Amino acid sequence: MSDHAVVSSATESSNSTARLWGGGRQPLGASYGKLMMWFFLLSDALTFSGFLTAYGLMRYKFSESWPIAEAVFTHFPYVNGEQPLLYVALMTFILIMSSVTMVLAVDAGHHNRRNSVILWLGLTIVGGFFFLGSQAWEWYHFIIGDKGSVQIADGRVMYVANAEGNRVSLAELVEGHASHGHHAHYTDAQVREAFARTPGMTLVAPGRDVQPIPAAQSQQLVKEAKAIQGANMTRNEYGSPLFANFFFFITGFHGFHVFSGVVINIVIFINVIMGTYARRGHYEMIEKVGLYWHFVDLVWVFVFTFFYLV
Amino acid sequence: MDHKMIAKQFLITGMTMGLIGMVMSVLFRLQLAWPEQGFPILERLLGKWAPDGVMDPSIYLALVTIHGTIMVFFVLTAGLSGTFSNLLIPLQIGARDMASGFLNMLSYWFFFVSSVIMVISLFVTSGPASAGWTVYPPLSALPQAIPGSGLGMTLWLVSMTLFIVSSLLGGLNYIVTVLNLRTKGMSMTRLPLTIWAFMVTAILGVLSFPVLLSAALLLVFDRSMGTSFYLSDIFIGGQVLEHSGGSPVLFQHLFWFLGHPEVYIILLPALGITSEVIATNARKPIFGYRAMVGSILAIAFLSFIVWGHHMFVTGMNPFLGSVFTFTTLLIAIPSAVKAFNYITTLWKGNIRFTPAMLFSIALVSTFITGGLTGIILGDSALDINVHDTYFVVAHFHIVMGLSAIFGMFAGIYHWFPKMYGRRLNKSLGYMHFWLTFISAYGVFFPMHFLGMAGLPRRYYTNTAFPMFDDLADINVLISNFAILGAIAQVLFFFNFFYSMFRGPRSVQNPWKSNTLEWTTPVEHIHGNWPGEIPEVHRWAYDYSKPGMDEDFVPQTVPLQAGEPKGH
Repeated sequence: MSDHAVVSSATESSNSTARLWGGGRQPLGASYGKLMMWFFLLSDALTFSGFLTAYGLMRYKFSESWPIAEAVFTHFPYVNGEQPLLYVALMTFILIMSSVTMVLAVDAGHHNRRNSVILWLGLTIVGGFFFLGSQAWEWYHFIIGDKGSVQIADGRVMYVANAEGNRVSLAELVEGHASHGHHAHYTDAQVREAFARTPGMTLVAPGRDVQPIPAAQSQQLVKEAKAIQGANMTRNEYGSPLFANFFFFITGFHGFHVFSGVVINIVIFINVIMGTYARRGHYEMIEKVGLYWHFVDLVWVFVFTFFYLV
Repeated sequence: MDHKMIAKQFLITGMTMGLIGMVMSVLFRLQLAWPEQGFPILERLLGKWAPDGVMDPSIYLALVTIHGTIMVFFVLTAGLSGTFSNLLIPLQIGARDMASGFLNMLSYWFFFVSSVIMVISLFVTSGPASAGWTVYPPLSALPQAIPGSGLGMTLWLVSMTLFIVSSLLGGLNYIVTVLNLRTKGMSMTRLPLTIWAFMVTAILGVLSFPVLLSAALLLVFDRSMGTSFYLSDIFIGGQVLEHSGGSPVLFQHLFWFLGHPEVYIILLPALGITSEVIATNARKPIFGYRAMVGSILAIAFLSFIVWGHHMFVTGMNPFLGSVFTFTTLLIAIPSAVKAFNYITTLWKGNIRFTPAMLFSIALVSTFITGGLTGIILGDSALDINVHDTYFVVAHFHIVMGLSAIFGMFAGIYHWFPKMYGRRLNKSLGYMHFWLTFISAYGVFFPMHFLGMAGLPRRYYTNTAFPMFDDLADINVLISNFAILGAIAQVLFFFNFFYSMFRGPRSVQNPWKSNTLEWTTPVEHIHGNWPGEIPEVHRWAYDYSKPGMDEDFVPQTVPLQAGEPKGH
């Protein structure tokens, strides 16, 4: 009896598989538009994989001079002192919350509740704008720089540390105290001279757990060194220039995706307000842009991990 | 916006690009066979690049670069799968059109603009891109490196970016159309093998082209933003460049992660077409249908884990080299499955030697000949000896160039009646086939010997090396065959365009074939079938079935009483 039941349910399920894939229906239960979005995201994921793999390769190659994120991203708006990674944590949180609001918008769409869709999609757009603004802010601080460092003759970037082994900024080195609010530019000569007259100063490579170069040798190296402040495509005060290259490229490429997502969300938002989907009878479009938006968030989790956490 | 029209647009654009690529190959074959000899035609075509009819070295590099680019991407990727995926997917699965006709149209126009830009790049003052079709940095990354590294290279990158967009839009459409729009009864195991091949090709494209996009975007940044992803420690004209830290090998990894699947993007549609043409014209069911599907899937999977075999001499760890050797040689298994299945399908078949059938059999021939040298090149220990020689040129031209173009010809001869409602001239078809087939082997077979003698590829001339003097005659022979092969294509182009307007009208099912496209009317209508879409009751390969009146049973014929269910 029970044997018979097992057999019949097995044939039933194989029959239903055969019916499902037998043509004349959508075997994955998704419209062609949604499937296309899925495959597009798969494709886009491989583009990002290409970038992140390249990043990993270069980081491994230059692990000595690769900057540590805690020493790079230390600012929080309107808060003094060092707050390593606090702001990026906030912007990541906001981006993930915008995914939550997107889920609620999709759910509201399933129930054809137009006003809820407007509310949640609107909040998603706000979250997107907040993230983009934050990224601009991060870039701004990355570009103008923070403490400054020196580049020695063989091209390596070195931080300046005092006798106790604590890192000092070029401002502290040259002027004896931290600069407040303004970013002075120091010449090579100023930095070399200040380094020579301050006893016990050492140079230290940016990587993790790197021993400082002994003071006497540091003094020799500084004679040929150049001061670098800030970062751009060719130089980077935080360490290997490739870090800056990849930072601008990958976060820029991701930011471009977020920007596109916000624009698409706004277009859909307007359509919702105009009642396009209410007339169409379903809000599947929200699901499609929702897929894209979740994907962009997911990619950020990887970018965030690669650049800030590892 | 109709898929049949888009297929024809892809075909004509692809053929035009193919003509350009072929003429280029004849031009640089002239230089290789008769170096430093003046040809008035070179001066006429190349102008300042061929003073007194002698080709300039930089235009030689440009010609081989653009020949490779055009043939690989524009003819054998877009021209082949763009044409036949568009034509056959909706017709053979029983759909009114592609899932999204609009995206399909966009896909063509992106391809068209990309082709136009590639052609425009031939006319810029500093010459087109010249770094080889693989555009390795630093030649491609530093605008001041060689003449073709400037505007020509920029246009190459712009063109390829648009091409990737086109390929993505097309691929998405093909995949979801096959998944979602099959007619009632058309289960996955009843799909003609063409459709399996097109779908897997599209999946390969969707997964591998984005990585080429990554590589190209990083290259764009190195070129114009001063970054150093691929560049390190470079002197140009005695000046040290600021770039440091990057690695040109990184580009090769990214490029070949696309590059190897790309080989199968080119080849699989041709194999799919061959399966269909061989079964139809041998009047036999395809041998080992499920093994064919399985080998397509296996080849597709393996193609993603073998890219390192293009990079054995980049200083790769020998252990890693042996891993790539292992994965590469694994591909021999599904490839052999396919080759044997074609031969066993032909075995004791009631063969009709139509031009399409001849080209399909030629494909099986080149697939085997070229595949055998692949075993040598896939082995790191053997590859190093013939690396970057004409042996490699011979291998990839035979196994993917010839196979794919033969598959494309087979497809054109077979489905021309479906595309234009008329038949191609058979005698011209036979002449075209034999001349093409003989000259193709005449060109590429001797190249193996050149390669084993150590002749490097991409050299403008070999006269500076006395050790190669003995090989000059072989180069003359090859060039003569190349010219013959090019002339043979005139027959094809004439036949194609003449028959398009003047050919005899075709009947509805000229090859007595089983697949659904032959149940549609000869005259094209939007939506393909005037009434209901037919329902499918059997697989596509019921040829010469015992107990049936005819030697073919179309897929729309219901199972007869007592007929086993089978597929």
